[in-house]
Amino acid sequence: MRCRTCGATAVINMRQHKLALCAEHFVAWILHNTTRAIHNYRMIAPGERVLVAVSGGKDSLALWDVLLRLGYHADGLYINLGIDGGRAYSAQSQAKAEAFAARCTAQFPKTRFFVVDLLKQYGESIPQLAARKRRETRPCSLCGLVKRHEMNRMALELGYDVLATGHNLDDEVATLFGNVMRWQTGYLVRQDPVLPADGEGLARKIKPFCRIYERETAAYALLQGIDYIEEECPYAKGATSLQYKETLTQMEHDVPGTKLQFYVKFLQAKAEGLFAATAGLPELQLCTTCGQPTTAEGQCSFCRLWER
Amino acid sequence: MQVTYRGKQFAIEETLTVLQLLKRLKLLPESVLVIRNGQLVTEDHHLLPDDMVKIVSVVSGG
Ligand code: SF4
Ligand SMILES: [Zn+2]
Ligand SMILES: [Zn+2]
Repeated sequence: MRCRTCGATAVINMRQHKLALCAEHFVAWILHNTTRAIHNYRMIAPGERVLVAVSGGKDSLALWDVLLRLGYHADGLYINLGIDGGRAYSAQSQAKAEAFAARCTAQFPKTRFFVVDLLKQYGESIPQLAARKRRETRPCSLCGLVKRHEMNRMALELGYDVLATGHNLDDEVATLFGNVMRWQTGYLVRQDPVLPADGEGLARKIKPFCRIYERETAAYALLQGIDYIEEECPYAKGATSLQYKETLTQMEHDVPGTKLQFYVKFLQAKAEGLFAATAGLPELQLCTTCGQPTTAEGQCSFCRLWER
Repeated sequence: MQVTYRGKQFAIEETLTVLQLLKRLKLLPESVLVIRNGQLVTEDHHLLPDDMVKIVSVVSGG
């Protein structure tokens, strides 16, 4: 197969775009498409500082790389969840994130990298917290809550305008599918490439890879020589989102472009007012302990986790 | 060819295209990338007896 742009041997064929590209032109294509998403969805205004949440996985490291190459002021944040799973999962993913951060700083000297270690910060890792809350088999909702809170906290403390996560199209489509299967209208209203800041001093949340397939982010990481952690978090095993991904990938195989259509048409329908009537977004108040917005009276659900 | 997939290594004696190899392993081309001797290759690529092939799953998350 030949690169559509230059005719050299292609390294990737994307049936969903009817497009095959060589390494050089594929990398350029990813940069171009990310730029387009950033502009179209108004993700980053000129001069804004971006904090990228990096997990050590392919998507977030690739995103950090892309933002730096595009000339954005992008720094990294790694949250150590203290997950072992018999293979030192958190330690290994932190090592990958750190090694990549060193490479970024060498290339872009102003780049900074921050680490939050839950065990050091709050005295408990995710598995310990989950055990205390009797959620040891499926700590993901707790973990998500903690990660969101810590990303907000760090962005606020360090004065970032924008918080970027590496969610790719496949992630967004799996989430959308799950939300539709349960008609979670509240979640559907809030599922967006850009979420405005919920409160004073908080960062806007953006997903610049929301229209990029995960096969494409993986190819980008491989071609740029980004050493990422290939293994999944031990708790991801058997997750519903992975089952959805399997089903959706079978559909994508049968009809290339299915995922992109599903997502893009959803965003269009939402922009045209679908779900608006059901929105009924709850009033937000400020947590009495940490000051982050919450729907609860008094303390937010994160701060309540640590009350014993 | 020597094939590595999810940390396991095995040998396949025939010459196959990438797509044929994936079919044999019951993998969808949409869920993996194939690296032949360190180079990313497309599905129509012919894999030869001496090749070192790595199949990388692209599915992440939980
Ligand atoms: S799989 Fe679950 S526990 Fe693991 S990092 Fe993701 S949300 Fe946290
Ligand atoms: Zn080319
Ligand atoms: Zn709070």
